[in-house]
Amino acid sequence: MPGQQFSTGVFRTIWLSAMPAVEMTSHLYRFFPALENREIRVPAGSVAQVLREVDTIAAGFSDYVLDERGALRRHVNISVNNTVVFDRKTLSDFAPDDATVYIFQALSGG
Amino acid sequence: MSDTILLGTRKGTVIVERNLSRWQSRPIVHQGIPVCYAARDPRDGTLWAALDHGHWGPKLSRSRDGGASWEDVLSLKYPQGARHIVQYLPTPDFDPHAPVGEPTYKDATVYKIWNIAFGPAAQPGRIYAGTIPGGLFVSDDGGDSWALNRPLWNHESRGGDLFSGEATSETHWGGTPASIDYGVFEPGIHSIVIDPRNPDRIHVAASSAGVLETSDGGKTWVGRNKGMRVDYLPNPDVEWGHDPHFVTACRDQPDHLWQQNHFGIFYSADGAHSWSKVSAPEAGVHFGFPIAVDAQDGRTAWVVPARADSERMAIGGGLFVARTSDGGQSWQSHRKGLPQENAYDIVLRHGLDVAGDCLCFGSTTGNVYLSEDRGESWQCLGNNFPPVYSVRFG
Repeated sequence: MPGQQFSTGVFRTIWLSAMPAVEMTSHLYRFFPALENREIRVPAGSVAQVLREVDTIAAGFSDYVLDERGALRRHVNISVNNTVVFDRKTLSDFAPDDATVYIFQALSGG
Repeated sequence: MSDTILLGTRKGTVIVERNLSRWQSRPIVHQGIPVCYAARDPRDGTLWAALDHGHWGPKLSRSRDGGASWEDVLSLKYPQGARHIVQYLPTPDFDPHAPVGEPTYKDATVYKIWNIAFGPAAQPGRIYAGTIPGGLFVSDDGGDSWALNRPLWNHESRGGDLFSGEATSETHWGGTPASIDYGVFEPGIHSIVIDPRNPDRIHVAASSAGVLETSDGGKTWVGRNKGMRVDYLPNPDVEWGHDPHFVTACRDQPDHLWQQNHFGIFYSADGAHSWSKVSAPEAGVHFGFPIAVDAQDGRTAWVVPARADSERMAIGGGLFVARTSDGGQSWQSHRKGLPQENAYDIVLRHGLDVAGDCLCFGSTTGNVYLSEDRGESWQCLGNNFPPVYSVRFG
């Protein structure tokens, strides 16, 4: 949800802030400009569900992060808060209401 | 004569155009993204690029306005249930847990979209793509949707139908070093040759398996490796395990096929039913990656030889192109306009193309050369391109 929608009412503010946030490497904005300069909040759920929600904002997003089997791509990492996801194969790690899900590149060179 | 050349490079797609008498490059597109193949569909002018994102996975990119704008095509995916037998590099440090004996299976995912081929005018919308790990994909709607060719994927030469269960045979498809960047050692389809007379007849080539042919539109496939040799084996005359680097055919004489193989240059005048080795090692015409054939004369072909095979660069520091016009019985080396000292270029398998009297090739050193006289003399189109993976006239 865009940040400016926080001013639409007390109830909505509380509801929004109780959903996990999604943040990502700015490199992905090149391919998905709709995700730039906005707050992304989606319902709590598995990381796989979180990514599917991001897909509804930016079609094709999860194709960049996951392969066609739904596994995390080799050079991509996702963390829930400070914990890198354990299940890279089905992304079943849970992102609770107060979490921030970070999507970033895995370092693969020096 | 073509006035457009598409370069797939380590840092994006470059379109080079002839403006009056000068060839000029447009600003690079897909900037910073490796592009392993770029080509123009001659039927409708659509431009295609196979992107090789380091982090974000392989993607097709398509332009329907001559390159002004590009869109992702995300639909080329392995279907649920597609599996393959895992290949391992034969080195102990690659995977110390590599099993021996029993096959290990893996769900298939696309590592690399290695090449794209366009169907005939009679099949508008028909496009083929070859991948690592060895899939042939077919689209009938201009790339909006793709289907894996299952008979080839399930071929007995690679273990049988793994959609249905366990392998019923051993796989004879070896891995290609081109897959190692993805942390795997799997085969790849890099050549797709469609017979203009009969689009149901297609040859594909896979590293490191060999050449296969279908004559029924992909329902059945047979190996076409007779006469090819794998020189390092105790018995070089094997059915599988060949290492074609690139295979192409003459447009007007499609039974004339050419192959630059790891183990030399091979030529077939009978539709790949038999191959003859036509290298001239004493003249340095033997090892290399690309090969191009004249559109009208099936006996005329060009190669860009390199030193085999641990060096993989220009022979003696001098770059040359070799041409035959007699089916490989003799070769002429052409060096005019090409650097003859301190050249370390290697031209990769999709890095040479021919259109009429024009030839163009690009090297991993970022040099691109053009000939307008059938390869006899060359002009440099630029020395500072990124490493070049593919060159195709548009």
